[in-house]
Amino acid sequence: MLVLGQDEKAKYPFLADAGEYLKDKGFSLTQFGSDPVLKLSVEKALHRIKVAAAGEVYKSDLIDGQASKDYVLEREVFSFLLAIVLIKLTGMSTLIKRFALAEARRAENYLEKDLGNASNKSKIDLATRIIYDLFNIEIIKENDFFVIPVSDYLKHSVTFHEREWKLINRHVENGKVFLTPDKTVRLIRKELGNYISSKIINAPKPTMIPGLENIVNELITISKKLTPTYTITTGEYPPCIKHAIDVLEKGENLPHSGRFMLATFLLSRGQTVQQIAPLFKNAPDYNSRVTLYQLNHLAGTSGSATTYACPSCEKLKTQDLCFITKECDNIINPSQFGKKRK
Amino acid sequence: MNETDIKFLEDSFKKYYFNHFNLISTPQRTSEREFGYQKFNSGFFNRHISLRDDKELHLLFMQNIPSDVYCSNAYYAFPNSPMNEKDWKEADLIFDIDAKDLNLSCRNNHTASICNECNEISKDIVKCVKCNSTKLEKKSLPCKFCINASKIEVNKLSNVLIDDLGINKENIHVYFSGNEGFHVYVYNSQFQKMGSKERSELVDYIMFRGAIPETFGMKRFKPNRSSFPDFNQKGWNGRFSKQVFGSKSKRSKIISELLDNGYSSFQKTLDNVSDQIGVKIDPNVTMDIHRIFRLPGSINSKSGLTKTLCTDLTKFDPYTDACFLNDESIEVLANCPIEFKLKNKKFGPYNNEKISLPTYAAVYLICKKLATIA
Repeated sequence: MLVLGQDEKAKYPFLADAGEYLKDKGFSLTQFGSDPVLKLSVEKALHRIKVAAAGEVYKSDLIDGQASKDYVLEREVFSFLLAIVLIKLTGMSTLIKRFALAEARRAENYLEKDLGNASNKSKIDLATRIIYDLFNIEIIKENDFFVIPVSDYLKHSVTFHEREWKLINRHVENGKVFLTPDKTVRLIRKELGNYISSKIINAPKPTMIPGLENIVNELITISKKLTPTYTITTGEYPPCIKHAIDVLEKGENLPHSGRFMLATFLLSRGQTVQQIAPLFKNAPDYNSRVTLYQLNHLAGTSGSATTYACPSCEKLKTQDLCFITKECDNIINPSQFGKKRK
Repeated sequence: MNETDIKFLEDSFKKYYFNHFNLISTPQRTSEREFGYQKFNSGFFNRHISLRDDKELHLLFMQNIPSDVYCSNAYYAFPNSPMNEKDWKEADLIFDIDAKDLNLSCRNNHTASICNECNEISKDIVKCVKCNSTKLEKKSLPCKFCINASKIEVNKLSNVLIDDLGINKENIHVYFSGNEGFHVYVYNSQFQKMGSKERSELVDYIMFRGAIPETFGMKRFKPNRSSFPDFNQKGWNGRFSKQVFGSKSKRSKIISELLDNGYSSFQKTLDNVSDQIGVKIDPNVTMDIHRIFRLPGSINSKSGLTKTLCTDLTKFDPYTDACFLNDESIEVLANCPIEFKLKNKKFGPYNNEKISLPTYAAVYLICKKLATIA
């Protein structure tokens, strides 16, 4: 269990036990709806959520990661805890996601500073402890770098789409990846966000606090404006699929992985096994029985009943099946091709 | 394949399994593995089989006389359940290096084609010389150069595994696949529990794919010479230096050229270098965590050769060290336009002729569909 100093609680408020903290300070939630002094913390909480909803990172009153006065520190922690209460009262999951992400990025700034603080070993130790306790990644400082096992690096970096995160673009030696403080922290951003959002989701939903109704309603209005977009599909096939169809039409051999891609893609577009099967007729090793067996398997109508999804663009690149064009427009799976956000 | 051929192959395989069961290494943690096998002339896999020990494995061979036997690299709680109920625990890391993926210039010289329409066999691999059909089944009889080129890739892979990925040399086992290449097994590594996506990233690293100019010192804006890699650096930086700069004396001049040519040209350099220094493994094999692999010690029905552990890769010659079938003579009708060598003896080419061959050579040709029992 991590023991946090006062400043750390302000920097990483999600590590504090909310109920305990309020009780320690001698407050109850209802006081925040009525007490004019405590209302300042409520306003700060509201501000904190609004900033997050706008996709930005809340700037705290901490100076160099330190609270100038005790009340500044208290307000930092209060505003975080109250923000969670307010979000729970709205019941809007969009707000949870945005708030968790923004708070993760805020904490990320502090973690990065703490890791990069060469002169203060205790700060580095605390930051590495937080990362170990929360995400079970052991980070060791080696000169100016932080080294982590390749397998841990991959576990986290595979979800990133920027090429700089590919293992080939990292210094790798003896089973370890060498990272700068900012990259180390960036690696766990998503998990940090997940950790914070799970804290919010798992927090008990409080009953409405008298005096906070208007604020809650204001937040619901903000959240509704953030409703997810819907998509329309042009119906055109992505270049990888066109290429695969081309190969088959010419009677050339399409590797198993290419056939898998083609079949799963067409199934995802709603085509039936009977509609897809004739495509493979020209393959040099065509066997109608085997083709139907395999298509039914992919569609989940036989075998384990698992429906197989079309592989990601990243995987197709590795398999030499990607023929990217401008029209791909940064999609990460062929099934997203031609879908336009409205 | 006709009944007589199948009977001959089954008899030969059975004799091998009866006499050489000691060559079959039952994998560690046998009961957690999935086994599978195929029989001659059957398109289907018998999979999802679990075995407790050597004895059960032996029984499987004797009762079924399989053409091919496989075993998972994965460990499961319930290996004989359907795939999504097996409860996957972990999997050894396996790499497949195959001569057919190396784009070797010699390949056309030792590939025969069998026409799917009229069964004509020839050395023309584009179209059938008799009926002009392009639906051809190709059969390669890999030469010494193919095997040596595959060995070079195995050595490149071992270097990356040991130096970059921290794998203990003792935990790397190299097997001749029984046909055209090598399977490299990595045991007890930090990668055992890694999923498919992560393994695919590891594949890109090993193949030197997806590199960006910045990693090798070329910045998009205001690039400078001091950030380029040097020979003594570990990992890909060092290998890149050796490949691109060649020698220390040329380094400075080549860096100037790279800077002059600019960022996008550098990206092209990286893509070219990838073909030369990247290890040519089959990406699909390594990223598949549910695959079953040919069991070491079993015969590959594409050739009649045995999947064999290579204790000394440099000296290993698959055509003597993995050829275990007997030399009892058998008469075959051979149609093989390519010369080949087994157990230090030259065979072929044969032009639709009836000849007497030792069993190991007859099996080799029948497996390649280039002969039938006369």
